[in-house]
Amino acid sequence: MTTIYFDNNATTKVAEEVLEEIRPLFCDLYGNPSSMHTFGGQMGRRIRQAREQVAALLGCDPSEIIFTSGGTESDNAAIKGTLAAAPNKRTIITTRVEHPAVLTVCRDLENHGYNVVELGVDRQGRLDLTELEDRLDDDTALVTIMYANNETGVILPVERIADLVASKGAVFHTDAVQAVGKIPLNLSKSSIDLLSLSGHKLHGPKGIGVLYVRKGTRLSPYMLGGHQEAGRRAGTENVPGIVGLGKACELAADNLEEENSRVKFLRDKLEAAILEKCPDCRLNGDPDHRLPNTCNISFEYIEGEAILLMLDKYGICASSGSACTSGSLEPSHVLRAMGVPFTAAHGSIRFSLSRYNTEEEVDYTIKKLPPIISRLRELSPFVVK
Amino acid sequence: MWEYTDKVRDHFFNPRNVGEIEDPDGVGEVGSLACGDALKLTFKLDENGRIKDAQFKTFGCASAIATSSVLTEMIKGLSLDEAAKVTNKDIADYLGGLPEQKMHCSVMGREALEAAIANYRGADKKKHELEGNIVCTCFGVTDREIERVIRENDLTSVEEVTNYCKAGGGCGGCQGEIEKIIQKIQGDKVKEAAVSTPRRSGKLTNIQKIQLIQQTINEQIRPALRAHGGNIELIDVEADKVVVAFRGMCAQCRMAELTMKEVVEAKLREFVSQELFVEEDKDSADQQHNHRE
Repeated sequence: MTTIYFDNNATTKVAEEVLEEIRPLFCDLYGNPSSMHTFGGQMGRRIRQAREQVAALLGCDPSEIIFTSGGTESDNAAIKGTLAAAPNKRTIITTRVEHPAVLTVCRDLENHGYNVVELGVDRQGRLDLTELEDRLDDDTALVTIMYANNETGVILPVERIADLVASKGAVFHTDAVQAVGKIPLNLSKSSIDLLSLSGHKLHGPKGIGVLYVRKGTRLSPYMLGGHQEAGRRAGTENVPGIVGLGKACELAADNLEEENSRVKFLRDKLEAAILEKCPDCRLNGDPDHRLPNTCNISFEYIEGEAILLMLDKYGICASSGSACTSGSLEPSHVLRAMGVPFTAAHGSIRFSLSRYNTEEEVDYTIKKLPPIISRLRELSPFVVK
Repeated sequence: MWEYTDKVRDHFFNPRNVGEIEDPDGVGEVGSLACGDALKLTFKLDENGRIKDAQFKTFGCASAIATSSVLTEMIKGLSLDEAAKVTNKDIADYLGGLPEQKMHCSVMGREALEAAIANYRGADKKKHELEGNIVCTCFGVTDREIERVIRENDLTSVEEVTNYCKAGGGCGGCQGEIEKIIQKIQGDKVKEAAVSTPRRSGKLTNIQKIQLIQQTINEQIRPALRAHGGNIELIDVEADKVVVAFRGMCAQCRMAELTMKEVVEAKLREFVSQELFVEEDKDSADQQHNHRE
């Protein structure tokens, strides 16, 4: 059975070109870039090149790139590093729809005496910027708001938020793990101070990420114990990861247009067909400000895990915001923050596409999904014939 | 991905006895859309009082559907007295086991069966009757229900109780109460809890004392207040005087003074020092503060 992979917001396939780049770095070119000998030292050039490739995708200077172990580390380093560098300020502003890598960190900081403000969203997942403006004060050390939501794909107006935060003298961090490689960014024209990205969300390897730190941003290092990354992130460089991420960023820049045309076309086709063919379903999230690859649909009266398992039987991979799949007993915190009723939140399915998906895969899914939905509704006590 | 047995997968992909019997002898309904799973069980008896036919309709995950399906198979041919003896463990065993976090599905099956039998025997309520006092308000679980899953499945931790009946899996505010129920039933069986509790010590430096006070507030006091929509903030420590401020719901609560003595001061004395006394900082109570629902 072939796999139809529609779960690219969870992780992505490593691009063949990326694999080719990093293959020699395990057994042939395995040196430590910090070594004095040529064998190790030559790796420094490869890291430099990767740094330039990442900077080109983000539209920033290579010196503003710090390599980390992934999105979660970047988020932790940005939040804790900013607070440590601003000891007189005790307030953090974030949103209720952040990824746990941000939200859990902020809630933990609340236990350490910080005042955490969690901004709500409306039914389409949009923020109220006047509320943010009201909450920003002299005590605000950091505002951390995601670029695009992982579950719904909703894009938040972070450029405007960044300007607003800058005007109040606070630091602005954005978790852009889902946005980088999917929509164009230009940090040289932006007020964003800190930005997190992850390699494995854009066809790079797992275990590698980046924290972008705008020149002049005060940040205390989070990981200590070495001089690497100009003392900003200690630890021997993950050379294969870094080189792989560099290549992945170069490919992402080349494919950005395709992402916003062909991938978007496939997503739109899938979405429109599902909404048309399945009764009692609804689209979650702001339809006009969304990542081109993401679609989150709720099917009323049935449960997400059951849908996923039936899709899985056909080799179709997706994900759900239902309680049963979240590892907890409550459905997605993002959908709940948006006021999606429980009946719909338990039956939410996310399809997230990539440039490796084909129209045949979309057509196959359009054919297979509606019978699954009606089959599960036959089982449901809440559906009256 | 859940590790389901072949039997669970079989009953999920090919559920038996789906539907609602017309004019049934017994009907049992448990769960709700909000909880994430719900089951409606109907049965019909033959002339000898044995279950002739049983059908189900289920909203829920794969294991909820499989559990319902297998339950209808298990009870066919049983007398009601025999059926009443079916435990959640019997259902799970019949399926070759369920993942720990999914054991509540088997409990839901047993509850639906009980409700249906009670419905036949005269209690004309189709809904699962709540017996005892509600402990977990998030999922509406009573002390009686918790005691029962502990006894029938020999549970010794709060996490296990959550897996079996969901209690404690929402806001977490009732976990202390669940712990007490486990203690009451299992007594010595309960393994020593490995949670890090702050340790009291005779000689503390000022910094150590403040850190211990903060840690006690974080781990022992705040979770209890949070469960009721409140919060607490440490404002100052002057010698043995601890100044705190209530936030959220606690700030307007008339019970706040009692909470201050009964909870905050008691916990701080238990975990930090007997000498401590607590005062509320009224000045900062008027400030605007953010708290979660």
